[in-house]
Amino acid sequence: MNTQTMLKIEDLHVHYGSIHALKGISIEVETGQIVTLIGANGAGKTTTLQAITNLVRKSGGKVLFNGTDITHMATHHIINNGIALVPEGRRIFPNLTVHENLMMGAYARKDVEGIKKDLDWVLTLFPRLRERLKQLGGTLSGGEQQMLAVARGLMTRPKLLMLDEPSLGLAPLLVREVFQIIQKIREEGVTILLIEQNALAALKIADYGYVLETGRIVMQDTGQNLLKSDDVRKAYLGVAIT
Amino acid sequence: MEKSLSNSLKFILTLALIVVIGFLLFLANKRASEYVILILNLMAINMIFAVSLTLINGITGIFSLGHAGFIAIGAYVSTLLTLPVAQKEMTFLIKPLIYPFNQIQMPFLPATLIAGLVAAGFGYVVAAPSLRLIGDYLAIATLGLGETIRIIANNAWSITNGALGLKAIPPYTNIYWSWGWAFVTVLVIASLVKSSYGRALKAIREDPIAAKAMGINVFSHQVVSFVLGSFFAGVGGALWAHLITTIDPKSFAFSKTFEILIMAVLGGLGSISGAIIGASIYTVGLEFLRVLESPFKIWFINFPGIPGMRMVVLSIMLIVLMLFWQRGIMGRDELTWDLIYKLFTKSARRRGVVDE
Repeated sequence: MNTQTMLKIEDLHVHYGSIHALKGISIEVETGQIVTLIGANGAGKTTTLQAITNLVRKSGGKVLFNGTDITHMATHHIINNGIALVPEGRRIFPNLTVHENLMMGAYARKDVEGIKKDLDWVLTLFPRLRERLKQLGGTLSGGEQQMLAVARGLMTRPKLLMLDEPSLGLAPLLVREVFQIIQKIREEGVTILLIEQNALAALKIADYGYVLETGRIVMQDTGQNLLKSDDVRKAYLGVAIT
Repeated sequence: MEKSLSNSLKFILTLALIVVIGFLLFLANKRASEYVILILNLMAINMIFAVSLTLINGITGIFSLGHAGFIAIGAYVSTLLTLPVAQKEMTFLIKPLIYPFNQIQMPFLPATLIAGLVAAGFGYVVAAPSLRLIGDYLAIATLGLGETIRIIANNAWSITNGALGLKAIPPYTNIYWSWGWAFVTVLVIASLVKSSYGRALKAIREDPIAAKAMGINVFSHQVVSFVLGSFFAGVGGALWAHLITTIDPKSFAFSKTFEILIMAVLGGLGSISGAIIGASIYTVGLEFLRVLESPFKIWFINFPGIPGMRMVVLSIMLIVLMLFWQRGIMGRDELTWDLIYKLFTKSARRRGVVDE
């Protein structure tokens, strides 16, 4: 397996006022892998992603992306460097059409040909969006909106795609579809950092996983090993240990 | 989309419309009474105000309530530049006008441009700190900003002649200036909104966080929109000052901002064609309602003329309109040839709504 590190987070701290939300977490994402960060509500998963992209202020730590220090880089520079964030709760633009939403993803790009190609690619990944290109984003169903959010993230042509709870509020059948697509995206060469409450589904497809608890990494191992681990099974998978 | 017109046809139609409007204005300029010409001028200036406010409030989603301040800057700057030197000496009785202005007199066009640029520059200076705020807080900050400009104008005697104001401003504004600038305003702002840059502005309005996650530099986009809106507010202010020919700080009170906000909301906040329609209806409507202020008779009941009655009636009409048409006349849609075409074809009528 390719062992080049794409994203390296060292000792990341975030404070919300007097609340110490992230208490020094370190994560590594290797090129070509799916890495997942699981944990309960309020563990600090979303905060981690927002701190990486500088949407919230870090109070300590360092973030390296392909060797470049992006700790203090402005959000739009980080995104344009090749990190895409698909934020929690989809956050699509409801009054823009599906096509406009997708083109927003490619906003900073100048390569017209590449954009065309990528648009075709994401519409092949999400055929349902092709039927709805002219529709306003707000009129899509929850599942379609999630797909639009992922597709929009892909339109930035990221090296690293960070997904924040893509299964949130989706029917089980749709969750399976979304996770299948995530695997497909990885096969296309995009590295993925996946944040999930749905630990079972996430660990099944992940190469490596981290377990986050109240702002600390309490466990890390390959996805398969974490799935077998008693602690994880008890705490996150709801399996009684016999 | 099955029913749409070809781009070249739309272009020809637009060109034809502009020619027709231009011809009508030419005719009005020749034939119409001074009163009608005044209203036409006001209409164009209000369009400039409403469209520039729509760019800031409706398209970019910066809820600014400081528009009157930028209009004031434009009005004062242009007046100080066009007022004849002798007139300045006569006007500034209490404190003489400070150095550069008391020597300058220039033609209308450069004065208007400088007025716009000063307003834009001021917009740039205030945008940086106030755009760090969001929502209600930004509204309050810009509201305070507009009032600050008015109060400065009220007290800076050696620049603005304080509460006495400036008078005998040369009446340069005519139909061609006001409608010409209105055309430029609409052209510039509409083409900006139609570009991918404008799409980014809309994305910021919808969800600033998601816009950031798209790699959009939210702050710089907001500043550009604010500065451009301020520029046209300044230009509008210059035109307005040279139409009314007398300005004082009271003309730029908060109610001025509200007046413009009413036009923009009436037409549909977020729609440029809406702002144009809103400004037209507001300006012309207010004049038609003047009837209510002179004595009139319904059947056998005599109504005495009550001053201010038209504002009461207008307010009630606005309340009713907003109750039934909550997003204004156009909502966030633009009045396009496609839309008009659809309205006239049966399929649209059967569906009842005009969808994309």
